[in-house]
Amino acid sequence: MADTASIDHSTITSTSAKSAAGPRGKKPRPLFSSRNIMVYGVLIFAAAYYLLPLYVMVVTSLKGMPEIRLGNIFSPPMEITFEPWAKAWASACTGLNCEGLSRGFWNSVRITIPSTIVSIAIASVNGYALANWRFKGADLFFTILIVGAFIPYQVMIYPIVIVLREMGLYGSLTGLILVHTIFGMPILTLLFRNYFSALPEELFKAARIDGAGFWTIYFRIMLPMSLPIFVVAMILQVTGIWNDFLLGVVFTRPEYYPMTVQLNNIVNSVQGVKEYNINMAATILTGAVPLIVYFVSGRLFVRGIAAGAVKG
Amino acid sequence: MKSRLLAAVLAAGVVLPLGMAKAAELEVTHWWTSGGEAAAVAELAKAFNATGNKWIDGAIAGAGGTARPIMVSRITGGDPMGATQFNHGRQAEELVEAGLMRDLTDVATRENWKDIIKPSSLLDSCTIDGKIYCAPVNIHSWQWLWLSNAAFEKAGVDVPKNWDEFVAAAPALEKAGIIPLAVGGQPWQSAGAFDVLMVAIAGKDVFNKVFGDKDAEVAAGPEIAKVFKAADDARKMAKGSNVQDWNQATNLVITGKAGGQIMGDWAQGEFQLAGQTAGKDYTCLPGLGVNEVISTGGDAFYFPVLEDEEKSKAQEVLASTLLSPATQVAFNLKKGSLPVRGDVDLAAANDCMKKGLDILAKGNVIQGTDQLLSADSQKQKEDLFSEFFANASMTPEDAQKRFADIIGSAD
Amino acid sequence: MTGHAKAGRPNQLLRNLNSKIASIPMMLTAVVIFLGGTLWTVVYSFTNSKLLPRMKFVGLDQYERLWSAPRWLVSIENLAIYGVFSLIFSLTIGFVLAAFMDQKIRFENTFRTIFLYPFALSFIVTGLVWQWILNPEFGVQSVVRSLGWTSFAFDPLYNQEIVIYGILIAALWQGTGLVMCLMLAGLRGIDEDIWKAARVDGIPMWKTYIFIIIPMMRAVFITTLVIVASGIVRVYDLVVAQTSGGPGIASEVPAKYVYDYMFQAQNLGQGFAASTMMLITVAIIIVPWAYLEFGGRKRG
Repeated sequence: MADTASIDHSTITSTSAKSAAGPRGKKPRPLFSSRNIMVYGVLIFAAAYYLLPLYVMVVTSLKGMPEIRLGNIFSPPMEITFEPWAKAWASACTGLNCEGLSRGFWNSVRITIPSTIVSIAIASVNGYALANWRFKGADLFFTILIVGAFIPYQVMIYPIVIVLREMGLYGSLTGLILVHTIFGMPILTLLFRNYFSALPEELFKAARIDGAGFWTIYFRIMLPMSLPIFVVAMILQVTGIWNDFLLGVVFTRPEYYPMTVQLNNIVNSVQGVKEYNINMAATILTGAVPLIVYFVSGRLFVRGIAAGAVKG
Repeated sequence: MKSRLLAAVLAAGVVLPLGMAKAAELEVTHWWTSGGEAAAVAELAKAFNATGNKWIDGAIAGAGGTARPIMVSRITGGDPMGATQFNHGRQAEELVEAGLMRDLTDVATRENWKDIIKPSSLLDSCTIDGKIYCAPVNIHSWQWLWLSNAAFEKAGVDVPKNWDEFVAAAPALEKAGIIPLAVGGQPWQSAGAFDVLMVAIAGKDVFNKVFGDKDAEVAAGPEIAKVFKAADDARKMAKGSNVQDWNQATNLVITGKAGGQIMGDWAQGEFQLAGQTAGKDYTCLPGLGVNEVISTGGDAFYFPVLEDEEKSKAQEVLASTLLSPATQVAFNLKKGSLPVRGDVDLAAANDCMKKGLDILAKGNVIQGTDQLLSADSQKQKEDLFSEFFANASMTPEDAQKRFADIIGSAD
Repeated sequence: MTGHAKAGRPNQLLRNLNSKIASIPMMLTAVVIFLGGTLWTVVYSFTNSKLLPRMKFVGLDQYERLWSAPRWLVSIENLAIYGVFSLIFSLTIGFVLAAFMDQKIRFENTFRTIFLYPFALSFIVTGLVWQWILNPEFGVQSVVRSLGWTSFAFDPLYNQEIVIYGILIAALWQGTGLVMCLMLAGLRGIDEDIWKAARVDGIPMWKTYIFIIIPMMRAVFITTLVIVASGIVRVYDLVVAQTSGGPGIASEVPAKYVYDYMFQAQNLGQGFAASTMMLITVAIIIVPWAYLEFGGRKRG
């Protein structure tokens, strides 16, 4: 914060009250100023680039195959059909199982919910310990963890298979939850550590003076103040775990296979021609859960990120 | 108390779905997920279910890249499936050596596999130290050129009868807006096509010297140089076939957008599914019409060692079901492959399959590269040929040099 | 606000005991999985393990072979190109978008959702969609051609020279939204008074951003860097979904080399040697920095 002070000099006044979360920048100007045109121009242009693939996905999933073969991918469907959606959900085949994505949906739920909860619980405690109760050597472990974030999953498959086998957890849901907890730990711990570091120190000190211990402070003081960062962690984990294919398929058995396995099978097993409409419908259906999570909690996401990433 | 409850819950979660009846449920993993393949696998499941057991299908799309690591992890991780597909040969060698795979010698002797399986090299690839570890289910041969009759008609030339005529017809096809040769982007396709060219152009002996004896000198020699020349033609003819999967490439031939494709007999299933007739809609040339030899690679099922006795029994049942004449016929007709036993009646076989059976009966066979080379050498070869086919600036001479290096260090 | 060293207790081990107990999962993960797994990988990279790991040492053979494999060299080069551009573009685009978003605009929520939603989709999905949009037969190229510009050529996924940029386009689409969010959060964390001071001093806006705001956002940049860079090193799914490494070997990346050789070629030794090289590179760059950043005294 040193640079801040040097710039602030004369102008620190009391008008910065509404600073916390509102937009910044200069004062609002008339709607059609050249500045506004540029700002909205750039944003709308960027938005078009981001929306284009979604548009293509939706439009394609509503077309029949003959139309796809003839038309261009950007044209809206002439005849809207929901058949690809129905097929992707309920009757697309993987080998002998023709139950579509529906087969894996509940498995994905069964995997995602406990994995998200466990990984966040552990990472938040890690972050709390690192931020407020640092012990000798803690930084070393943390550094290893951060470096671990750079190791490709594929490399760790073998050692983890061995560890899980020795623990007797290989092939079980518990084993998979453990694996997701391990791979989610680096980034989550980093976020939680940063967030807890940024909370006012006085709170912590006061609680200590009152004789509160490690867990008391965590549950009574830290947790209630940490909704935004928990939302961020939840979003990151739900997205990551829901979208995971490799770990889900390597560390479990078929009765637990997540939805992405069916997606992979639908997308990769071509029956004659690639049925793009079904691929696209399957893609949207698989992505629906994380998408909904984003749409619902997007606002909290930025707030949480602001708290978890800004200070450090 | 608490732990017992936990155990009970876990047991309920794990054991219940596996059923309680005497008939065992057997999870079978494989990577047969394309249209024709799935239809064929359904025949296997039907036959196995008819024995009172239950086939739990564990299909994972994407052969080597996706499915095999999962299968191997499952087996080494101590949570094996009941049976699993591998291309027999060397892929499962180490799993067998590590004692993870079940010895099927008993079943094999009881059912006399030694006499019924033709050619005997198939069973040899399942045999390690005198014991039999896998049940071959089909013979797949690579050496086929599939041609679209409609494409040649459109280009105004006769359907070629061999590779050279095909190369000569390429300009006419191009002029008609047709890609002469469809080659998918997956590396194994270009590597496989090269092997086929090698047998067709340089012959069986050279093939055996290069891949069987790993003779780097032959690999660097003039015979193979000719093969690279042909591969150079092939890659020029393949320009513009922007597809990845083999069956998408086959589909280009089916729809007449491409003139032909070098692909194994599994392509047959796709033509069949599209309702096309051999001889009328498409033409097949074994050995590229030059050297009528077919390789006898194929698929086999391996059975991991299981502790559950019921399931071990079911494994035996499955093994013998796979080889029963009725299953062999039903499965192979759908799959477009040849049966592993010489004594079954394939009256329903179409023209192309009959050609294959003929060649097989004459004994014009070679071993597949999966049986001759380790997966490692195969992969290096794939890397080389996928680069060669995509990169026009790589000369045949350079490629041959690298090829000879790979053969020299192959195992 | 470090919590330790409150009262100097006599027994070092018992100090912060609860904290230590609570950190056991983290320590185990760090030591057993990340450190142990890494060491295990390194040790076996000196063996000729094939399908199953086995202790038959062959010295540096695997490394010699690795560095003479054209595909590995292509992979390294691709990762370098992809990494540099990916870092530059995602940080720049993310920051610029965030700066625009921070101009008291209307519909901020809508824009933010639009920029961020691709992040909810997996790389497999991303690869699939972009493969399709970039497909010359019915994607952008064919659409532009059908509008009359018949010589228009844009087929990055089928052109060896530029295929890696085709992958980059998709990667940026998926990832810049998150970067934008991080940056936006950083901008929101900066005191309004700084802007006022800059305005009073007559410093132009762009100068304020570059010389004042960005240096103040150090922590955000670091978090972003960790997230983006770790994603770059691990890039795999996207390549598989979009090009499978093709055409030929033109878009291969190191993580894919590792995976393919470990599992398809059933040559664990070779795969481990490749992953060891990746780890060493990462370690050389990351460890000193990470230790300085996270190991030293804490910043407030």
